[in-house]
Amino acid sequence: MTIGGEDLKTAQTGTVGRSIPRLEAAAKVAGRAEYVHNLQLPGMLHGKIFRSPIAHGRIKRVDVSAARAVAGVHRVVTGEDVRAIVADPHYGPAFHDQPILAFEKVRYAGEPVAVVLASDPHAAEEAAQLIDVQYEALPAVFDEVEAMTSKAVVHEVLRPAGAFPDLRHLQGRKNTNVALDFHLRRGDAGGAFSRADRVFEHTFHTQQVLHVPLEPFVSAAEPGEGSVTIHTASKSPSFVRVEVARLLGWPENRVRVKVPYLGGGFGAKLYIKLEALVTVLALLTRRPVKIALTMEEQFYTLTRHAASLRIKSGVTKEGRITARECEVWWNGGAYADIGPRVTQKSGFTAPGPYDIENVSIDSYALYTNLPPAGALRGFGIPQLVWAYESHTDMIARELAMDPVEFRRRNILRDGRPQATGTVMKDAAIEKVLERLAARMEWKKPFERGSGTRRRGRGIAIGFKASISPTTSVAIVNLYADGSCALYCSTVDMGQGSDTAMAQIAAEVLGIPVEAITVVHPDTDVTPYDMATLGSRSTYHMGNAVRRAAEDARDKLLAAAREAGLPAETTPIAEVFRRKYGMQAGNIVGTGSFIPAYTPTDHDTGQSPNVTPFWMVGGTGAEVEVDTETGRVRVTRLVNVADVGKPVNPRIVETQLSGAAVMQLGFTLFEKMQFDGGQVTNASLAEYKIPGMRDIPVMENEAVDGAERGGPFGAKGVGETGTFSVSPAIANAIEDAVGVRLMSLPLTPEAVYRALRAKQGKPLDD
Amino acid sequence: MLGALTKDLGVAVRTIRFKLNGEPVSAEVPPHWNLVELLQNRFGLTGARESCGQGLCGCCTVLVDGAAVSGCLYLALLVDGAEVMTIEHQAAGGGLDAVQKAFIEAGAFQCGFCTPGFVLMTRQLLDENPDPTEDDIRHYLSGNLCRCGAYPEIIEAVKLAARMRKAER
Repeated sequence: MTIGGEDLKTAQTGTVGRSIPRLEAAAKVAGRAEYVHNLQLPGMLHGKIFRSPIAHGRIKRVDVSAARAVAGVHRVVTGEDVRAIVADPHYGPAFHDQPILAFEKVRYAGEPVAVVLASDPHAAEEAAQLIDVQYEALPAVFDEVEAMTSKAVVHEVLRPAGAFPDLRHLQGRKNTNVALDFHLRRGDAGGAFSRADRVFEHTFHTQQVLHVPLEPFVSAAEPGEGSVTIHTASKSPSFVRVEVARLLGWPENRVRVKVPYLGGGFGAKLYIKLEALVTVLALLTRRPVKIALTMEEQFYTLTRHAASLRIKSGVTKEGRITARECEVWWNGGAYADIGPRVTQKSGFTAPGPYDIENVSIDSYALYTNLPPAGALRGFGIPQLVWAYESHTDMIARELAMDPVEFRRRNILRDGRPQATGTVMKDAAIEKVLERLAARMEWKKPFERGSGTRRRGRGIAIGFKASISPTTSVAIVNLYADGSCALYCSTVDMGQGSDTAMAQIAAEVLGIPVEAITVVHPDTDVTPYDMATLGSRSTYHMGNAVRRAAEDARDKLLAAAREAGLPAETTPIAEVFRRKYGMQAGNIVGTGSFIPAYTPTDHDTGQSPNVTPFWMVGGTGAEVEVDTETGRVRVTRLVNVADVGKPVNPRIVETQLSGAAVMQLGFTLFEKMQFDGGQVTNASLAEYKIPGMRDIPVMENEAVDGAERGGPFGAKGVGETGTFSVSPAIANAIEDAVGVRLMSLPLTPEAVYRALRAKQGKPLDD
Repeated sequence: MLGALTKDLGVAVRTIRFKLNGEPVSAEVPPHWNLVELLQNRFGLTGARESCGQGLCGCCTVLVDGAAVSGCLYLALLVDGAEVMTIEHQAAGGGLDAVQKAFIEAGAFQCGFCTPGFVLMTRQLLDENPDPTEDDIRHYLSGNLCRCGAYPEIIEAVKLAARMRKAER
């Protein structure tokens, strides 16, 4: 096949594997890329949200009269008003627990209680401040471990959404904050501990942090006649359609969801956030309604789980880990969002990328009265790797064994079963470890600094399973001149998916990538995709796109043969002219993909096929610690990953380094601060994210790998760079100054306190 | 889109005149609008974006009389009589300038939301200092945030833009 008259064979672009610029590059540097943030609709009302100031309480009275009296206010809507349109207004991917607007109860400080609508957002904002709500405060629980036994119960009754079979047993459960308890048992951990030469046990903590996409959450809805169109900065347009249709009791075809580019996502803009709310408001007012959150409001919308992690290992004197026991408590906040999936999907990797015969895991999703937690770049893995790779280093140190050598003796190799029993394949754990050691020049002497500036280095490795089983569908539509449109509902939030998908289609069709237009998600136009999350798109949608392109190619070749044309060498446009008599018509190829999967057993957590592929990421850090101030300067950060065969090597590298930069913030300074459940640092002035001066010298390497099930050997990469940054830095700090930090973030204060404690001169709290 | 607030509260809307990307323009502006609102509501220019709302992230960067300001903190009325330049301003030939080309070449963005601010600040940096060191670049651009973490590529892009500008001269 050819385009523009070129021969098929010479036109073979070899597009996959090339670092072509993003398709939308020119639009982005010119400030012309389309975001929902920019959207203005004729007659549009702006909504401003009134939020609960208390963490847990009964709503006694909502007085909106003063707000309604503000000039320019069109309407004030409360939770009770919502129920006039949606009788049961609870949504959520795992549990139907979150109300569109709170009614009867509030469960966290910052929860939406009412919305003011006005043509002028300033009028709406002013009026929202005049809403008066009286509450009867209830006891609240904030700590995830306390939530296990607390008398403060966040939800009266558990309501699993039904999508996940492993949540069904929780239906109707009362007097509990446990939204999921995941258990895994392999071998006999108890027996192995009693036989082990040494047993080590440590407890770690991670803090609650925030995604901070620079385009804050934003959604708009336009009412139609018995239909609605939702424009939203969402990574899950298909889910939004299904869930809004369910809430309204409408068929899916009456809910249309459109998504342009996203100004960052990182796991935040998933499932339902503002979509159900703007839909109800649009239906109530018969006007288009847009709600654009401020940066501050993002702190009240979705966060990353704080977690407590207890990990215990039995080890032989030769340095073989024979048993590992993990208990993890995930602080899910007031609404489950996708937290129970984090608990299960990440929970089963809690022992780390090690070959351990006897494993016991208990992983708990907890409700608390904090802002909800969900997916954030890594889906729980960075919290787990923080614990198991700190623990691993501490054991090596206790055994007086080199940390690389200790890992080498224990790592999980292809062909060996992981804790779930799934046999590892195409997971380059060993290569990642060895390339990391080589890049860090681990065997060479290391300059350790002197005086008050001490230097150290550390490494860590981590791994992640893909989310499964999930479906992607794609359509390739060839035009009569040989150019083509690719319809897929993968959302490009900056990860470069448009470009990668176009490269895959171009590779199959043998046409230049410029000849392909990627049609952005529009549920009336683009087919179903589970969501853009968990680094699943390159593998799942990539396979669907490949199949759709192959289908189109096969149909094109058949059309050429029918017309008596030499199939392999005739230009595409010539095939169309012969088939349709002129430059006309379409050839449409479709492809869908759902990988095989076996659910984990409820009692043992065992599964012969728990994931379609594994992601592997390691980090090496060199640090300089100022012993007078506790300040840690990361002087070098090396990220090594197994990404399969990269579709676009440059974009893959920027995914690795960008993920590491984000995790660097979560490691060194980012932390949501709370007082009585109220966020006290909800702004970029007080919640600092990494800037240009925080970035160390960085090196990134994709090891030579290939994922046999992936399109052209590719697999996911969006999260891999986050896995190992935190423990690598903590390990480097201990190497530098001999103190071990057990909680994130690794602030100067934390380091200095540890240094003083080590000197026997601890500081007062 | 004059808000009802301004009408009903009798807030004095003023007419201002200024140059926008080289063209003389006028606009009716309520006193509480910031520059981003003026550009978006009156001129449909969305390249300057409000993100943090505190002048800390640089997404709303606009040039007023040649100097970068945070459009989210800059009252719209203050541009009366000024020359305002946004990312939408095109080079004389109508295409992308060296800085924009360098950002594409170096792959210096992911989601693109912060990119206009970085491009405008980089232009200003190179106007002042055509041959910046890496330290200069980090210092000058420390007021622009990129949550995608494209900083290493942005530094490369600035260096590349400096070389391209030299070659153009």
